[in-house]
Amino acid sequence: MPLRIRKAGKNGSTIRVDGEMNIYHANEIKDGVLKAAEGRDSVVLDLSRVSEMDSAGLQVLLLAWREADRKGVPFRLSGASGPVDEVLRLFDLRRLFCGDGEGE
Amino acid sequence: MEIDLGEARTTFIAESQELLQEMESSLLALERDPDDQDAVNSLFRAAHTIKGSSGVLGIETVEKFTHLVENLLEKMRTGQIKADSGNIELLLQCRDHISRLISLAAEGGEGPGKDLLGAGDDLSAKLAECMDEAEAAQAAPDETPEAGGGPSSRTGAWHISVRFGRNTLKTGMDPISFVSYLARMGEIVSITTIFFSMPGPGEMDPEDCYLGFEIDLRSDFDKKAIEDVFDFVRDESTIRILPPYSRISSYVELIQGMPEDALLLGEILVKGGALTAGELEEALKHQEESQDAGRPRIGEILVEEGATYPEIIDAALEKQKRNLVASAKEAATVRIDASKLDSLMNLVGELVIAGAGIDQHAARIGDAPLQESASIMLRLVEEIRESAMKVRMVPIGETFNRFRRVVRDISRELGKEIEIAISGADTELDKNVIEKISDPLMHLVRNAADHGIETTEARTSAGKSASGTIRLRAGHDAGCIVIEVEDDGKGLDRERIIEKAAARGLIAPGQQLTDSEAFKLIFEPGFSTADEVTKFSGRGVGMDVVRKNIEALRGTIDIESTRGEGTTVRVRLPLTMAIIDGFMVGIGQSPYIIPLDMVVECVEFTEEDRRSAGKRNYVNLRGEVLPFMRLKEFFNENGAGSKYENIVIVQYAGHKIGLVVDELFGEVQTVIKSLGRVYREVKGISGATILGNGRVALILDVPRLMQTIERNYFARAG
Repeated sequence: MPLRIRKAGKNGSTIRVDGEMNIYHANEIKDGVLKAAEGRDSVVLDLSRVSEMDSAGLQVLLLAWREADRKGVPFRLSGASGPVDEVLRLFDLRRLFCGDGEGE
Repeated sequence: MEIDLGEARTTFIAESQELLQEMESSLLALERDPDDQDAVNSLFRAAHTIKGSSGVLGIETVEKFTHLVENLLEKMRTGQIKADSGNIELLLQCRDHISRLISLAAEGGEGPGKDLLGAGDDLSAKLAECMDEAEAAQAAPDETPEAGGGPSSRTGAWHISVRFGRNTLKTGMDPISFVSYLARMGEIVSITTIFFSMPGPGEMDPEDCYLGFEIDLRSDFDKKAIEDVFDFVRDESTIRILPPYSRISSYVELIQGMPEDALLLGEILVKGGALTAGELEEALKHQEESQDAGRPRIGEILVEEGATYPEIIDAALEKQKRNLVASAKEAATVRIDASKLDSLMNLVGELVIAGAGIDQHAARIGDAPLQESASIMLRLVEEIRESAMKVRMVPIGETFNRFRRVVRDISRELGKEIEIAISGADTELDKNVIEKISDPLMHLVRNAADHGIETTEARTSAGKSASGTIRLRAGHDAGCIVIEVEDDGKGLDRERIIEKAAARGLIAPGQQLTDSEAFKLIFEPGFSTADEVTKFSGRGVGMDVVRKNIEALRGTIDIESTRGEGTTVRVRLPLTMAIIDGFMVGIGQSPYIIPLDMVVECVEFTEEDRRSAGKRNYVNLRGEVLPFMRLKEFFNENGAGSKYENIVIVQYAGHKIGLVVDELFGEVQTVIKSLGRVYREVKGISGATILGNGRVALILDVPRLMQTIERNYFARAG
């Protein structure tokens, strides 16, 4: 599945990433996500259609989170596919992105 | 004990010397400040490395013994045992024992003898005793968490701290796979993702790896197995694995008292590791209460609750910066066999001679482009020479540091209080010179501690501070390195020295001596003014050997001393052994070289000067008395006296003399070749060199010439 980053949801409030969030697309993801998140007063990422996530993908996610946090902009994931969830669980990062409700 | 004499072994032995040195200085640092966590850390690392390397090389004796030492150090590191004078003394002895075992292995001889084995068993027993005491003490405070240094971690989980290398992702590795593998080895109790090394969005390269993890893993596997998980990334990454039971209260301290050395980034946080998040928070609360709260937070460390701990991050960031510098330094160092450097130096020497030959031919042929090329080449050769020489330079500080131990041992033994103060530790000297000067200096330091500094009672009653000070100083002075060993002890007893010297027939009774001449008598063979022979000195052997060693390095030694106030021994050494800048002069038909560093100026020896000097051997140099020496007479050179003579004024150790020569040729690069045994006793010559035209020129030994001239001068004056 090719990588695609686009606006989705009501009024384009969500950034949806489709495809592989891995090192092969790391630069694209970084630029795409940061650009899409720029100037928003809240960042919501939909990762439910991400087919693969590796450490490079995770790093971009962390970068985006940190940028949002630095600016005081709320940041959350509205959806996470199996591969994404697996990584977040492994590194115990679900609370950070998925809000308090979804923690174990 | 069978070891093959491989290259690795040579490296190990060289390295272990450094590590042993590090252990010693750490122990001494620890003795001054028992809370010095840096010292404990570096101590542990040194022992650990020695153990590891000796294990790899199959030097069992070393490995086994060092392992015991390491166990004790591990407990010190985690705060279960506190450093005190008792265990520091023990560890110093252990260090010495390791050193002996290693040198035994280096010699490749048979296994340790009975004495050594006995000593080893003794020390092992003492180490075990130390550990037992600690364990007994450990059991108690666990019940009362507030007592002592606070409770230890009770999680029973391994703490793994890993910082993946920048290139991890590019080399096709993925931290995710390592962590999932760990997860299969046991239960990950907690995991913290750390990425504060990740720069801002502008600089962040998404193909670089910025990830690190603090992991608590409950697992039945042993340390080796856990380490093996990271086998593929070990070289690039920083991985620390700690068994449980670290003292909780110690970690904030550890982060703040960060070591300067190559302790890598990840280890900072691990030091407080093996903690649960709760314990961590508890410890920090204490910390915050005692300090002012409300420092800015950096939200780059994610812990389970999403909370941040400013102190850790601040300290860690700071540390990270320093470590970057440290690791950059480390990577820039190459270990080279000294013999390779020697042969490089020889080649450079030959190159200098060959270059000078070409230059001379070019000048003779009178071909301008050739002369041009030759002079460019000569300049480059000179630069090569300088760089080659710099490569061999090492700071003297390490040698100085070695004396701390000596002084400490002596002061213990003799019940004196002695401080040691070092300055100019970064002064650089040729490695060969450092090696050869180390023993004579050691002797001087011993002497100062043993004979120079008085006992505490004697000092107090003399109105001095109770503790004596030995100052070691190094610095540059007119092409020389000056090393001083100064003590504020009782000073030399001039009368006694003269009395003894007269009794031994070294001087004629009633002979008048300057202070400096009198003090120099102690360098005569078999001379000692000490009433009693101690373990350290006073046997009357040594000072003459010291002088011989220093003279063999083309150096000189002076003493200044004031009764009741102290003694300063000043050693002057030439900067380098191999190649010097020389000033070539002609005496009769022969060329001679004067070390350029010592040349102050050249003046014409005018007819008028000659007349007014008459039979005396001094001239008036701008109102100053300048003793001079006619080298042609001194060296019995024949050949018609040239009409125009020159005086080359040379300076050494604060004295100036004039050397009368026939011709001045100018500056040449001089490769020093030592003269054979036969010529050793020739006064005034320190070596020879080969000139570009193939002729041999003798190199003047200015210090010796000076002694001669002064003797003559005083003899005539007296």
